Amino acid sequence: MAERKGLTPLQLDALREVGNIGSGNAAVALSTMVDKKVMLSVPRASLVPLVKVSDLVGGAETPVVGVYLHISGDASGSMLLLLEEKSARELAHLMVSGEEGGELTTVEQSALQETGSILAGSYLNALSQMTGILLKPSVPGFAMDMAGAIIDFILVEISQSEDYVLVIETEFDVLQHKIRGHLILFPDLGSLDIILGRLGVSTA
Amino acid sequence: MSEEKTDEEVVNVGVAEYYVTHNPHVLASYGLGSCVGVALYDDRKKIGGLAHIMLPDSKAFSKPGGAGRYADTAIRAMVEEMEKLGSRRKDIRAKMAGGACMFTIPGAKNPKNVPGPYLGMQIGERNVEAVKKALKELKIPLVAEDTGGSYGRTMRFFTSDGSVVVSSIRFGSKNL
Repeated sequence: MAERKGLTPLQLDALREVGNIGSGNAAVALSTMVDKKVMLSVPRASLVPLVKVSDLVGGAETPVVGVYLHISGDASGSMLLLLEEKSARELAHLMVSGEEGGELTTVEQSALQETGSILAGSYLNALSQMTGILLKPSVPGFAMDMAGAIIDFILVEISQSEDYVLVIETEFDVLQHKIRGHLILFPDLGSLDIILGRLGVSTA
Repeated sequence: MSEEKTDEEVVNVGVAEYYVTHNPHVLASYGLGSCVGVALYDDRKKIGGLAHIMLPDSKAFSKPGGAGRYADTAIRAMVEEMEKLGSRRKDIRAKMAGGACMFTIPGAKNPKNVPGPYLGMQIGERNVEAVKKALKELKIPLVAEDTGGSYGRTMRFFTSDGSVVVSSIRFGSKNL
C-alpha cells in the first residue's frame, strides 16, 4: 500500500466541492424517489487512514448499514455509504413512511440501498463531469452488521489500494430531521492521483 | 461477552496482527468479516496465541509485508513463538472463526480490471481453506470452528483455559 501524508486544504476543498455538486443532484433524485423533500449537504471532506474507518461510527462492533459498490472505468476503486444502524433506521422510516422507530422493512432496506446507489452515482457523475474521467458504478450490495466486519471485507477486496480513503460527510435533511452519514471513496492504488491531477490540484 | 472473566487484561488483536502469550489474557479480534481469527492453545503450558488473518497466501504477493496478514505465515509464526515459550507442537490445538462474505454484488467479476491476483468475493472461504491447509501441514488439530455465512463476528480467546467465545449481532454469543 502507498504512503500518503495527506491532502492539502485546497485538494480537500476541491473534493468537497465535487461532493456538493454531487449531493445537489442526489437530493433531487432522492426527493423524487420518496416523494418528499430531501436535502443534502456536505459539511466536510477528509482523508482517513483505512484502519481508522470504523472509528467514524464508534468502533468495530458498532451496528451499521453499509451500501457498497465497485467503480470501474478510467480510475477504479469502490464506494461505501456507511450509516450507524440507528441513523439508517431513522432515515429509512422518514423517507418511506414519514414516521420514526421500529425495525427495517424490506421496502426500507431497498430505499437505503437505492440511497447509497444514488449518492455514489451522483458523486461519481459530478467527478466525471469535472475531470473527464469515466467512472462507472456497479450495482450496490447491502449489509447490516458490525462496522469492523464491513470494513474488513472491503479492506481485503481492495488490498492493492491506497492507505487512506476519502470520507465525504453527508448530512440528510428529511422532514426537519438531520441525519449524518459517511460516503467513503476507496481509490485503488494510483486512482486518487489521477483524479486530483484532473481536478487541477495535483501535488506533483 | 463472558462478563465474569473481564478482569483479565484484554488485548486487541487488529487486522493482520497476531499475539502470543503465556499470561492469562483475553485476546480479542473485533468485527471479523472475511478475515479469520485463529486461536492456538497449549493446554499443558497454558500458552495461547490469536491471529487476525486477512489473506490466504503470502506467496501470491511480490511484497507480502508482515507475517500476520496471511494464513500460511501467521500460523507458522505463532507456532514458532509458542515453541519458544516452551510449547510442544503435539500439545497445540486450534479454533477459528470468521471468513464471511459481507456483500454480494450481482455480476461482479473483476472490479479492478487490472492485472494481478484478483481477490474477489470468495476470499473469506479461501481464508478458511488456507488456515486448514496450514494447520494440516503443521499437524495441529482444528477442534472447533464457526466460519462462513454473511455476518460479522467478534472472537474472544481466554488464554487462562483456552475457551473461545464468538459473538455476532445476528446470533448473539456462543462458546466455541
